[in-house]
Parts: sequence; C-alpha cells; structure tokens
Amino acid sequence: MPLVLLAVLLLLTACGGGADLPQSTLVPRSDFSADLFGLYKNVFWWALGVFILVEGLLLVAIVRFRARPGRAEPKPVHGHTVLEISWTLAPALILVFIAVPTMRTIFSTAGHAPEGALRVEVIGHQWWWEYRYPTLNISAYNELHIPVRTPIQLDMTSADVIHSFWVPRLGGKRDLIQGRTNRIAFRADSTGEYWGQCAEFCGASHANMRLRVFVQSDSVFQRWVDQQRASPATPAKGSPAEAGQQVYRRSPCIACHTIAGLSQGRVGPDLTHVGSRFTIAGALFPNNAEILHRWIMNAPAMKPGALMTPQSLSPQDLDALIAYLQSLK
Amino acid sequence: MKTWLTTTDHKRIGLLYFWTAFGFFLIGGLEALIIRAQLARPDGGLGVSAETFNQLFTMHGTTMVFLALMPLSAAFFNFMIPLQIGARDVAFPRLNAFSYWVFLLGGLFLNASFIAGPLFGADRLSVAPDAGWFGYENLTSRQFSPGPNVDFWLLGLQILGIASLAAGFNFIVTILNMRAPGMRMLRLPPFTWMTLITQFLVITAFPVITVALVLLMFDRFFGTHFFVPQGGGDPILWQHLFWMFGHPEVYILILPAMGIVSEVLPTFSKKPLFGYTVVVYSGVVIAFLGWSVWSHHMFSSGLGPIADSVFAGTTMLIAIPTGVKIFNWIGTLWGGQIRFTTSLLFAVGFIAMFIIGGLSGVSHASAPSDLQQTDTYYVVAHIHYVLFGGTILGLFAGMYYWWPKMTGRLLSESLGKVHFWLTMIGMNLAFFPMHFSGLLGMPRRIYTYSSELGVTGFNQASTIGAFLIGLATLVFVWNLLRTRWQPISAPHNPWGGATLEWAIPSPPPVYNFTVIPTVESRMPLWQTERHAPMRPLPERPPAPIHVPGGSWWPLITATGLPVMAIGALSHVIPVVLAGAAVVIVGIYRWAYEPFEM
Ligand code: HEC
Ligand code: HEM
Ligand SMILES: [Cu+2]
Ligand SMILES: [Cu+2]
Repeated sequence: MPLVLLAVLLLLTACGGGADLPQSTLVPRSDFSADLFGLYKNVFWWALGVFILVEGLLLVAIVRFRARPGRAEPKPVHGHTVLEISWTLAPALILVFIAVPTMRTIFSTAGHAPEGALRVEVIGHQWWWEYRYPTLNISAYNELHIPVRTPIQLDMTSADVIHSFWVPRLGGKRDLIQGRTNRIAFRADSTGEYWGQCAEFCGASHANMRLRVFVQSDSVFQRWVDQQRASPATPAKGSPAEAGQQVYRRSPCIACHTIAGLSQGRVGPDLTHVGSRFTIAGALFPNNAEILHRWIMNAPAMKPGALMTPQSLSPQDLDALIAYLQSLK
Repeated sequence: MKTWLTTTDHKRIGLLYFWTAFGFFLIGGLEALIIRAQLARPDGGLGVSAETFNQLFTMHGTTMVFLALMPLSAAFFNFMIPLQIGARDVAFPRLNAFSYWVFLLGGLFLNASFIAGPLFGADRLSVAPDAGWFGYENLTSRQFSPGPNVDFWLLGLQILGIASLAAGFNFIVTILNMRAPGMRMLRLPPFTWMTLITQFLVITAFPVITVALVLLMFDRFFGTHFFVPQGGGDPILWQHLFWMFGHPEVYILILPAMGIVSEVLPTFSKKPLFGYTVVVYSGVVIAFLGWSVWSHHMFSSGLGPIADSVFAGTTMLIAIPTGVKIFNWIGTLWGGQIRFTTSLLFAVGFIAMFIIGGLSGVSHASAPSDLQQTDTYYVVAHIHYVLFGGTILGLFAGMYYWWPKMTGRLLSESLGKVHFWLTMIGMNLAFFPMHFSGLLGMPRRIYTYSSELGVTGFNQASTIGAFLIGLATLVFVWNLLRTRWQPISAPHNPWGGATLEWAIPSPPPVYNFTVIPTVESRMPLWQTERHAPMRPLPERPPAPIHVPGGSWWPLITATGLPVMAIGALSHVIPVVLAGAAVVIVGIYRWAYEPFEM
C-alpha cells in the first residue's frame, strides 16, 4: 500500500527532522514529555500493525473479488459467528495493551511534583503569560526560567478566558481556567531554550500568544533570580534613560504597567526588568529598539487585538523612553 | 414554484434538502479554501486578518456540521426512508416540510452575519461568529465577546436544533409505524436502521445543547452567571454540556454514512451484507457507548486522573463496535463479484479512510498521549479522516447510488471516477500532513505560525490538497448539473439493488407504490435461499390513491423563528413577540387545516 510507505517515510523524516524543531513533540526533553512520547509510540506501533492488516485485507478483497465475466454467482453468505466473535475479541485484546500503560501514565503525570519542587504560578492573560515564583519572591513574563534537573510544579490559572500552557518538548498541555488551578509537574533533562504557545483558542491573538522556557544550570538560574530580585536600575544623571524615566512618569503607561517604585498598573506585564527579556509581547518579537518603537506607537497593528492602546509620543520622548526601558535589566 | 413552497411530498423535500445542504457545503468549502490559502505561507500568510480568520474557521466548522453534513444525510432520510420501508410518505408530512424550512431559514440567518455588521454599528461588514464551533465559555461571555457575533451563533443553532428535533421525532415514528406489512425490524435495510439509531441520538442529544445554548443566552442577554467564574458560575460546565451533545453528534454525522455504505457494498458485490444483525447491533452499541465518552474532548481541562482514566477506557471500548463494522464490510466484499462503479469506489474509499481516522482516534483516547495532540493539527487530521474520509465519502457513495432514483437520470461514471480519484488524492494530500504539523507543534485555530516551527512544507501540501478537493467538487457539480439536460431514462433498478426503493420507477410517482408491497425477506428483490424475488408491482394503481395537497402553514410557522431571533439580536421585544405570534398562529391554523394521508 503506497499510503503506508508514505506514512512511515514521512514519520521517519519528521522524527529525524524533528530533532532541532523548537516545538516538536517527538523529541522529549523532560520526564513528562518522555512518558507521553513513550505512550504515543506504543499506540502508534499497534495502530500501524492494525492499519497494515485491515487495509491489506480490504485491498486483497477488492483485487481478488472483482467481477470477471464467467465467474460463478457469489455464495450468499450471511455471516459467520466464529469470525464475528474473533474480530470483536482481537481489537479488545489490543486495546488492553494500550489501556494499561495509558492508565499508569495518567496517574504518573497527574501533576504532583515531589517534595522540594520549585513551584511557579502561571497566570494566562489575553495574550501574554505571567509567572510568579512564590518561594523566590520574583515574577517573570512570557519567558519562564527554570533550573535543569529540578522538579518543577506549575500551578496554573487564568485572569480572563481559557488558555492552555504548552511547551511540547517539556510536556503536555493543560488549560488555564479562571477560578481553578490546574497543575503540571516535570523535570527538564537538558539546558536550553524551549518554545511553546497557547493551545486553547482565546480570541483575536491566540496565534500570537507564544512563550519561551529557558532551562538553565543552577548557577545561571541563580544569577537570573538575583537580577530579577534587585530593584530596577536608577538611570545615570543626565543620561537619555533618565529623560525616559521622566517621560514614563507622566505617560499613560503608568495606568497599565508596573515598574517597581514608579507605577503599579496591572493591565499589562510588569516592566521592572523588561530590559532583561529577549522577547516582548508574548515572545512574538525580539526585544530591540526598533520593535519597541513600533510597539509603543501602535501595538494592535503588530498584534491583533492587543490590549495596549496606541500611544502618541514625540520622537524625542519615544527615544528616551526606549532607552529607559532597555536600561531596565 | 408555489407547489415547491407548499409541498409536503417527502421526495420533493428530500431534493430541497439536498440542494440547500449542497449549497451550504460549497460555502463551507470556500471558507476552508481561504483558510488553507492563508496558511500556505508562515508569518502572516496571505494577509487574512486574525479577526476574519477566526470567523472563517468558526463558520466553516459550524456550516459543515449543521448546514452541510447533517442535512445532506437528511436529504437521504427524506427521500429514501419511506421508499425503503414501503410507505407512501413520512408519518407527519407537514412537520417534515416545517423541518426543512426551519433548517433553510436557520442557515440563512447564520450566514447573514457575514454582511450584518453595519446594522449593529460595527466597523466591519462581517459580524460572523468567531469563537469556534464549540464556542467555549468564558470566551463567549458578553465580557469577552461583546459583539453580535456569538449571538448569531447561539440563536442560529437554536433554530437549527428545532429543525433537527422535529425531523428526529418524525423519522422515529415513520420507521416504527409506517413499515409495509412483513417489514419486521430485522428486515429493515441497514440504512433505515442507522437512520433510526441516528434519530434517537438526535432527540436525546439536541435537548442537551439546547439547554446549554439557553443558559448561554441568559448569561449574555440577561446577565446571569451560569458560566461566569466571577459570579460563581463555571466555564467547565459549558464544556461538559457541549460535549455531552458533541460526541453523540459525531455519531449522528457518521451513522447515516455507515448505513449508506452498508447498502452500496452488498449491491455491487452481489452478496448480502455480511453479519447484518451484528452491523445493526454494533450501531446500537455505538449509540449507547457514545453517551459515555464526552470528556475525552476535555483531557487537558484538568478533570483529574480518575475521570481521565474512565473516559479513556470508555473511548477505547467504542473503538470495538466500530472495528466490528469495518470487518463486516470487508466480509461483505470478500467472495463477491465486485463491480467498480463510482458509488462502490466511494464506499471502499470510506472504509480505507475511516480506518485511519479510527486509529488516530485511539491515539487521542490515550489521555496522556492526547495532552500532546489535543488542540493541534493532529486533531484536525483526525476530524477530517472521519468526517471527510468517513461521512463525506459515504454521502458521495450515496449520491452516485441514489441519484438515478431521485431524478431518473444517471450520473456520468467517467466523470464520477475523475471525481473519486481527485477527491482521494486531494484529501490525503490535505489531511495526512496535518498529523505531522500537529506532532511538530502546530496548534489548531491559528491564523499564522512561525516559519521556525518547520511545518511550512506540510502546510503547503495541505493547501494544495485542499484545492484539489475543490477541483474535484467542481467536477462533481458539473456531473450533477449536466443530468438536468438529459432525458429521464434510469430504469427502476439500475444497479440490481435488493431493497424496496428499487421496485418502483425512477423517479418514483407521488404515491411511491401502486400497491403497498408485502415483504417476505430482508432483500425483497433478490433471490435468496428461501424466497423468490418479489413480484413486480402493477404499473398502474389498481385503485385511485389519494395524495394530500400542499400546505402553507409549515413555511409560515417556520418564518416566525428567525423573526424571533432577529428581535432578540437587536433587543427589540415587539419583534420577538411578532415572531412568536406568527409561530403560534401558524401552528394553530396548521392544526385545524383539513389534511389527510
Ligand atoms: C491600556 C493599557 C496599556 C497602556 C496605556 C500601555 N500598555 Fe504597554 N502593554 C499593555 C498590555 C495589555 C500589554 C501586553 C500585550 C500583549 O502582549 O498582548 C503591554 C505590553 C507592553 C510591552 C511588552 C512587555 C513584554 O515583556 O511583553 C511594553 C514594552 C510596553 N507594553 C510598554 C508600554 C509603554 C512604554 C507604555 C506607555 C507609553 C505602555 N506600554 C502603555 C497595556 C498597556
Ligand atoms: C474509533 C473511533 C473513535 C475514537 C476512539 C475517537 C476518539 C476521539 C477523541 C479522544 C477525540 C478528542 C481529541 C481531542 O480533542 O484531543 C476526538 C475528537 C473528535 N472526533 Fe473522534 N473518535 C472516533 C471516531 C470518530 C468519528 C466516527 C467521528 C465522526 C464522524 C469523530 C469525530 C470527531 C470530531 C469532530 C472530533 C473533534 C471535535 C473538535 O475538537 O472540534 N470521531 N475523537
Ligand atoms: Cu490561546
Ligand atoms: Cu468525541
């Protein structure tokens, strides 16, 4: 059957090529995602076997029994009890081989991390992510940082509609629902940058609600934690950043954004350490001056529906403001 | 024209259903092509805006499920069920007309949202529904979807639900009560059986979604908090209610196609259906089990390990009766004398494709594994292997099979074969790569994706496949249309079928049967071990047959419903009342209209 060959071929290329693809479910990098992939492979091989058998039977039937002149009228067979029983029991048996590991994995991936896990609260917003580390007293936005080979527990909820947190190489998805807390737990095997995105349709910019996870060695992670804990840098006297800080103080930004010591808006992400992030706006754009320019002047034009209103600032003010934001490491 | 507006003849209503549903099928297909064109390129695609894209996939799903596939099946219920059971019409012919008009008006109402923007002061032309075909709360709450979009959706679906419920009761009564003498339950043709099971699912599942939609309507119009967390409500409740309807609904979509295939295979392999009783009972089992699996759509919602295990288990169970049917179909072909007509090709295509959809269904049923697949293109692949590879291929098999009976004209077999092969190539090219897009991390319902995901090639293949399906459909449309200019020439029984519809002329006269036949076997027109084929019916009715005239009241009553919906949509109570008055007066006059069967 050419289709089978095609299927296998495509899957193999997908597996091979999947190695460096940022959101592939086929290259697990945590205990959680490895469990799920193991289960998927189990189902896949059974399914492939059944596929070849049943499609094969179908093919044989239509080739062997096509009408040819001179062949006797077919016998009017109405059924066959033994056959009926066996093709009821055979799939049932196969399903037992799938069901048992399924149930086992359901319980082992139910989201309970062992004692001493690092707990992070994940809060979904239309269309960005907030992470709070209650034990470390810090928070992060869109980019989640975690230490490698440490059990992580994510307690997830939403500030508005339902979202779904999904970083394929680190594990399966779970929905974020207002008024509820859903959990996942995992331990990442190797350091690196992992991509993810929201998987539950959540409105206009669902496609643009992406995220990054940075899995770091303990020392790098610790350095990042210290940096986030520090109060925001005070700009040097007379620097453009200082002028930018003045612009920020009198701009509408303060209604929506927090910068520790300056403003306490809670509509958008906290900007206290915005300069330390690699990306902005739900990991959609790199964090650089040109992007910030366009973003501040007209965010919804870059990200449909974005809940940050377009701002009007003079070019000088804007440059200063951006210098200030970039100084907030 | 007038006779079509007032008709109560099940055959005319069947044709009306067919052309209307086929029209909606083309609209839904067009929406899909725009979606696919947009996704052919990453990072912004062709420039379809996020808002438009969200409307397109919502309307595509809603249209295909409620306005195309269900009513295409209904076209065959209407035309074929009375013929297959040896009846002159359905049990309630005017109710049948009412169902059709409500369906048509409900469909037009939903689609009117594409151009209704200015009426609601929106800054764009289209205010079509945009929250997905399963309209998850709390995205659909007034707070997060303030416009009329979701109102169109919830009112439109309520209207359509009325049509489905009325038809459901009608066909259950018809099949149980209007059978010809000797047509015992276990002599019913398999299509009639699957229809009966489907209608039981309709009358039990549609009340559930109606309740859900009414609660949603209260939340949106009157500020109740059934699904709103801040008010103590629960958005998960919506998911339970929707899928409690939604899973039976997928069987409502597939069982009629399974019935069609169970008619086509025996006819073209000249063998009775293998394991008739097993096929019938497995349909019944599927319908029962179909009620116990709904939460497999919610594995990522966090229901807890016990619920997940139970629903994973029941879902795997349902794969068994499904598999049994497939084996029986292969058993039917085995040892036969298979004639490769277009209809048979589509039926075999159905089996081949449905197997793939069933197998990917099992990988979804494994709950933890599904945490990687749910809400990705992998699910989109599954849905399309079962709904396109299953339902639509099955319906095409039925169209080629019954078109001569419905119109008296045969479809071209050579065009049919072009249609078949283009469809098969197109659908596999469109839907197979979606498994990979999904496994490589592409979520569903996104208007754009990053080129760095590495799924661009798979998406381009899908887009090409989709346009091939479009081309195939054009071939089919041409095939349908060209029969209009042909003389009526199909014989009574062009394929050598075994069931009663083939005992009468094509197209059948208004009264169907000159005399109601007496049935002695499950395959009345075939020679079996114990029974000779039924004797041909007389050419002319031996006694005059009274045929009821038409009625305006079903159509008039039906128009009241969209009027009520328009009133609700625009918050003008008098319009709602006027619509309600039309419905009430319509039903009253209808009840006292002299009309006999
Ligand atoms: C009406 C509220 C509002 C105002 C006013 C506002 N913002 Fe925002 N801002 C948001 C929201 C909401 C987001 C998140 C958008 C998203 O990612 O979808 C955001 C995101 C941002 C981001 C990206 C943060 C990240 O890490 O992703 C920056 C930078 C930013 N705003 C700067 C500003 C500046 C500077 C101003 C003032 C000139 C401003 N904002 C005014 C609401 C606002
Ligand atoms: C062997 C039989 C089947 C099994 C085991 C099965 C299993 C599943 C599961 C577990 C899901 C949820 C996937 C997810 O959202 O993650 C699903 C989705 C779906 N299935 Fe099936 N399925 C089967 C057959 C069918 C049939 C016959 C149909 C209809 C013709 C169907 C239509 C659908 C649809 C429409 C969805 C997606 C709904 C949505 O999310 O929009 N399935 N199936
Ligand atoms: Cu989302
Ligand atoms: Cu289901």
